[in-house]
Amino acid sequence: MKIEIYGTGCTKCKKLFENACQAAGSAARVVKVDDMQQIVSAGVMTTPAIAIDGQIKSAGRVLSVDEIRKLIA
Amino acid sequence: MTESDLKPGHRSTLRCMALVVSALAVWGVLYACLEPAARWLTANALHLDTASRLGAAAAFFIYEAPKVLMLLALIVFGVGIVRSFFSPENTRKILAGRRESAGVVMAALLGVVTPFCSCSAVPLFIGFVTSGVPLGVTFAFLVSAPMVNEIALVMLFALFGWKIALLYMCTGLCVAMLSGWLIGRLKMERFVEGWVYTTQASACGCERPCAGWHDRIGLGIEAVRDIVGKVWPYVLAGIAVGAGIHGYVPENFMASLMGKSVWWSVPVAVLIGIPMYSNAAGIIPVVQALLGKGAAFGTVLAFMMAVIGLSLPEIIILRKVLRPRLIAAFICVVGCGILLVGYLFNLLL
Repeated sequence: MKIEIYGTGCTKCKKLFENACQAAGSAARVVKVDDMQQIVSAGVMTTPAIAIDGQIKSAGRVLSVDEIRKLIA
Repeated sequence: MTESDLKPGHRSTLRCMALVVSALAVWGVLYACLEPAARWLTANALHLDTASRLGAAAAFFIYEAPKVLMLLALIVFGVGIVRSFFSPENTRKILAGRRESAGVVMAALLGVVTPFCSCSAVPLFIGFVTSGVPLGVTFAFLVSAPMVNEIALVMLFALFGWKIALLYMCTGLCVAMLSGWLIGRLKMERFVEGWVYTTQASACGCERPCAGWHDRIGLGIEAVRDIVGKVWPYVLAGIAVGAGIHGYVPENFMASLMGKSVWWSVPVAVLIGIPMYSNAAGIIPVVQALLGKGAAFGTVLAFMMAVIGLSLPEIIILRKVLRPRLIAAFICVVGCGILLVGYLFNLLL
């Protein structure tokens, strides 16, 4: 499984990245996407956004560790 | 129907509603007690005479600081719930392909209620223009979203009263609409960086996670934690400085600097205001105190709009997608709009 975090490096994006890493553990690979063109191409208009296996699950919010766990399960 | 007939979702919603109603009741009682409590604290506990300088400053701080923070929490919560009904994706859908005249009006209004953070100004900008939202309409949104925000409105309401808050909101919307319309008229599409239009922005199929009231209330609480948690030091610092001005700066001290008869005070206020940002929460109490010392209202209003609406960080972020010429046009058009508002109110009031 692959988790992508879309964000340009604001504090919220970092927090979401940390939460995703904590939620995923060793079950998934968490990647940070900070290239603007890639972010826009994915259809993200509000950062931070999270995608699981290429599908955007949430945009504009910092999901908690539990919320991300639910998405992965 | 007994409670066991209700679906679990309904039950949690009901529980949530009950919790919110009781929280609101507690809020109301606390708010009502605030003034007598502050008076008692100043006069009896601290033994300060409100006619003295220190007493006047302390009384101002002890009453205003909790009042502003409480109002901030309440309004941010309400706005958080309202915003859960809107998303940038929906706003884009509404605005795409709109005629410019109707578009700028709707964009400015939607800018107030659509969740927006200046750190995602660039993806939002690209998302808008590549899906057929005209450039002017996009700018109307980008001007109104940061300028007419809940923090500014709460601070204005708490410290100046609802009339000024409403006035700020209306003039802010007008500046956004006019700026958007003008930028649209200037036909500046070619000053958008070339890669923007070649980017394939696919529509994002993501759903917001909220289905019921339970989630919306959750989003409201999240907004309070997020925003109040971030701005409270600025609010307290601003009110402390404001309190100092209240107590120690002589009456009419500002009249010669920011008074009505000083014609250059409005442009200077705008120029000083543009590079200042995130201190909006802190700047309004200071400005309110200055108003009491003889500053002219139009000048003060222009200063606040420049601080809140035009910010250096956002301009730097937008440079990624806009060529310098368009950036300059953006700052000029919005700056002139604010200038106009300032002069207008100095003339009228």
